[in-house]
Amino acid sequence: MKNIKCDCGHVNPEGTVLCESCGKPIEGNQHIDGNDNKRLLNMRYDGTARRSQTYNKSIVDKIWSFFSSVKVGVWLIVIALVASAVGTIFPQEQYIPIDAVSRDPAVYYQDAYGILGQIYYQLGFHNLFSSWWFLILIALIGVSLVICSLDRFVPLYKALKKQKPQRHHSFLSRQRLFSETEEVTEEEKQKVINSLKAQRYKINEENGHVLAEKGRFSRWGPYVNHIGLIIILLAALLRSTPLFYTNEYLWVREGEQKVIPGTKSEYFIENKGFILDLYDENDDRFKAALEKQGTMVPSNFQTNAIVYKQSEDVVTGAEAQLEKVTEDEIRMNHPLEFEGYKIYQSGYQLNEVNQMTFTIQEIENEDGEPLAEFTIDVTDPKAEYELDNGFKVEINEFFPDFYLDSTGPKTETQFPRNPTFIFKLYPPNSDESETSFVGDVISAAEALGINTEAVELNPMGEVLGQFATNLDATGENEYKISIQDMDFHRVSGLSIRKDHSLPFFGVGALIFMIGVVQGMYWQHRRVWIRPTEKGLMLAAHTNKNWFGIKKEIENSIENTNIKMVDDQQELDE
Amino acid sequence: MGNLISFSSTMLYTAFILYLIATFFFGFTIRDKHTSTSKGSKGVAAKIGISLTIAGFIAQLTYFITRWIASGHAPVSNLFEFMTFFGMTIVLAFIFIYFIYKLTVLGLFALPVALIIIAYASMFPTEVSPLVPSLQSHWLYIHVTTVSLGQGILAISFVTGVIYLIKHIDQSQLNWRNFSLEAVLYSLVLFIGFVVITTTFNTMDYSASFEYKNGSKTYTTEYNLPALAGPNEGILLTEGVMEPWFETPAWMHGADAGKKFNTLVWSFITGTIIYGLVLLILRKRIGAAIQPLLKNVKLDLLDEITYRAVAIGFPVFTLGGLIFAAIWAQEAWGRFWGWDPKEVWALITWFFYAAFLHLRLSRGWHGEKSAWLAVGGFAIIMFNLIAVNLILAGLHSYA
Ligand code: HEM
Repeated sequence: MKNIKCDCGHVNPEGTVLCESCGKPIEGNQHIDGNDNKRLLNMRYDGTARRSQTYNKSIVDKIWSFFSSVKVGVWLIVIALVASAVGTIFPQEQYIPIDAVSRDPAVYYQDAYGILGQIYYQLGFHNLFSSWWFLILIALIGVSLVICSLDRFVPLYKALKKQKPQRHHSFLSRQRLFSETEEVTEEEKQKVINSLKAQRYKINEENGHVLAEKGRFSRWGPYVNHIGLIIILLAALLRSTPLFYTNEYLWVREGEQKVIPGTKSEYFIENKGFILDLYDENDDRFKAALEKQGTMVPSNFQTNAIVYKQSEDVVTGAEAQLEKVTEDEIRMNHPLEFEGYKIYQSGYQLNEVNQMTFTIQEIENEDGEPLAEFTIDVTDPKAEYELDNGFKVEINEFFPDFYLDSTGPKTETQFPRNPTFIFKLYPPNSDESETSFVGDVISAAEALGINTEAVELNPMGEVLGQFATNLDATGENEYKISIQDMDFHRVSGLSIRKDHSLPFFGVGALIFMIGVVQGMYWQHRRVWIRPTEKGLMLAAHTNKNWFGIKKEIENSIENTNIKMVDDQQELDE
Repeated sequence: MGNLISFSSTMLYTAFILYLIATFFFGFTIRDKHTSTSKGSKGVAAKIGISLTIAGFIAQLTYFITRWIASGHAPVSNLFEFMTFFGMTIVLAFIFIYFIYKLTVLGLFALPVALIIIAYASMFPTEVSPLVPSLQSHWLYIHVTTVSLGQGILAISFVTGVIYLIKHIDQSQLNWRNFSLEAVLYSLVLFIGFVVITTTFNTMDYSASFEYKNGSKTYTTEYNLPALAGPNEGILLTEGVMEPWFETPAWMHGADAGKKFNTLVWSFITGTIIYGLVLLILRKRIGAAIQPLLKNVKLDLLDEITYRAVAIGFPVFTLGGLIFAAIWAQEAWGRFWGWDPKEVWALITWFFYAAFLHLRLSRGWHGEKSAWLAVGGFAIIMFNLIAVNLILAGLHSYA
């Protein structure tokens, strides 16, 4: 290691720009902080030697220098910024609207946004924020943060600890704030020192040389906030493991009890009732807005739920013994909590079909008595139903959540939200079947102007059945199957989350906030006084808020002959 | 209830007028030959200006509180309420910064920005609207007010940035820099264009209904401006009104794209006419016309305030826009971050100002470059407030 000895006798490590002891610029190293050709000294790291600026031979050195450059850091941030903006041009996959023509991304983007949408999808931008390259970008920011902070923290710490009041005259005259006064009395000088003291500067005096300093701790702000950021990034890493994070979704019907997914079948939940409240359209406060909007606005959705735990002392083979753990109302912004899990009200389905009752009639004699009647439990339909009078019905196809597109009938989900059947009907003593297409009550209801998402259909089951689709595909049927009645129920959509990574995020965020506030709301201010033959030199530096430090200097030299410091700032342009 | 609401609206109106008058008093202060922070008659004008500003702020605060009482929830739940609140935080940030730096020219620029934003906000539905369940949380107010305060403080850096650019950039002949600056000023005029045209047709009670298809559903929409751009494949239902000149292109999706596009076209036309008139009167670019008024303003002080406003605003914005937002999202949806467009744009804003702060660490990014960055940051904030709501609409249901 090549050490550098300064005129003042201090031995500095290689790469030092300003002597650690007296601050005199070290010849031959001024390019490192860009001080050559400038009148002012770069004071950001007090001219200390930094690894990144000193060694540049091995691969490790090169990587280190690369990541410790603020320029590289800013570039990474800017790239992340632009990438994020790109991610909002079209919706991300999880935000494809529910009423889109198709929620299949391969179809949706092209259908909705044409060729640009197609390109967007093929480049993988519909999942941009979980793409490998975005994650790498964030990881690189993390690496850059760590290296950058290490590169500067240690040298800066040493430099600030070692400072001596006595500084070389060229160090003072090349500060942004500087003045030299020819004649100053000792009294005047003492006045300045006292006034600085009164303004909460710490005074360090040595042979008439003075260093007044305050707010040094604010210099650590960036390092503190970067630590916070790193903790947040690590928390994000933890969260990607199932140990720390589970996320499940569950539909529970009213009155139903189900095992809670993600709990290893340990817990059960019972839906005692789902409540949907709407704003009263006669409420004085909201009347005007509700009228304008023309739709109903929910004021609350809520599931009254009980959580049970399977008791430990179950005799093997016996019925599971359930013990009540908690009972609560789950609302938006009011999740239910139990033993590390939280259950959120995430969705609801007002009109899921429970049971459907059908009748069979002769087409010739539509108003007559039905020949047979059968009921299907839509949540668990059988393949075949044997009926009175020798009829037999086979379910040829079943669409629980029916919709029609250009390629034919489909089901949107496996939930019975719009059950539709293709039946094969075998009349008594016949091997020949007739085909009937029955269902799609939701379209029938909407055709009648009913908003099926806000209105409960349950009382209308019988009436709606008459409007349901009823197709005779061949036109040769003798019998007609129609909906006699249907029974709806309400289903609550619940998210189950367990997230042990939250405390880490919380701590990271807290540390980040402490760090930025520390670095932004306080400043590190230093004033140097160097005696000359009869007078003194006055110089000052702050890492930000020059207006503030100038005011303090003005205060301190009041009623003395000492000249106010000149602002020698060079706005580079 | 009705009385309280109308009292509340009157207070907002009062605040608006007070800010307007205060602007003129701040205008007086810079016509002085000698100094911009001086004593004498100009000092009196500055005192009156800041007093009126504070009075206006108190009036607006009264609006806010009474509306809160009347509606039962903090009035930050729709675009009108949210934007007026943003106007208020800009004024608050201005008052705060003013007392540090006593720079009167700030008032001359900051108050008009706040005025434009409040006027813009008032063009959206102002009825008290009910809160949907996902917004019924204390975190809503905590989050929105803090973000808004952060953005208000950051807006001051935009104001000083613009003043810096107007003063600093050479106006002797047209070049890329003064052209860009003029574009910034022109875009402020577009907002005025929007306000003027909307108010004009509102007082005429103009209305035309259209029916149009979006996906498989048919919607009707009511235009309050004559339709230059009709909805895509829309059918005009109202009789005796102007037929649309052209259709909104099909690739513009989203709720009510036609109406929004039409409003945009009108704002451009009106704004451009207003801008043209101003040019005719001034006989030079707006930037060039203002420049001589700024003779006494010090560039390095402006630069310092730009940086200081970012330094103060950044932590507040982080707290409100990212941390409180995440806490609320965790309470409401069980996920503190979901990459919805509003969240992503908050992150973009945050990245942007982080980049700004890091660039300030090195030489060469002070002065004009900083000023441009401050303008860019404000553009991102406005984009998030307006465009993301109206175009990219995420979970945040201000619309
Ligand atoms: C999004 C990520 C980041 C955020 C939010 C952030 C935030 C901050 C903040 C607020 C400051 C204080 C600035 C000031 O005092 O004016 C700072 C300083 C700093 N940051 Fe970052 N930073 C980030 C990423 C990075 C990266 C990737 C690097 C690496 C090149 C980096 C290097 C630095 C350095 C060298 C300082 C100055 C330290 C000092 O003054 O002693 N930052 N950062």
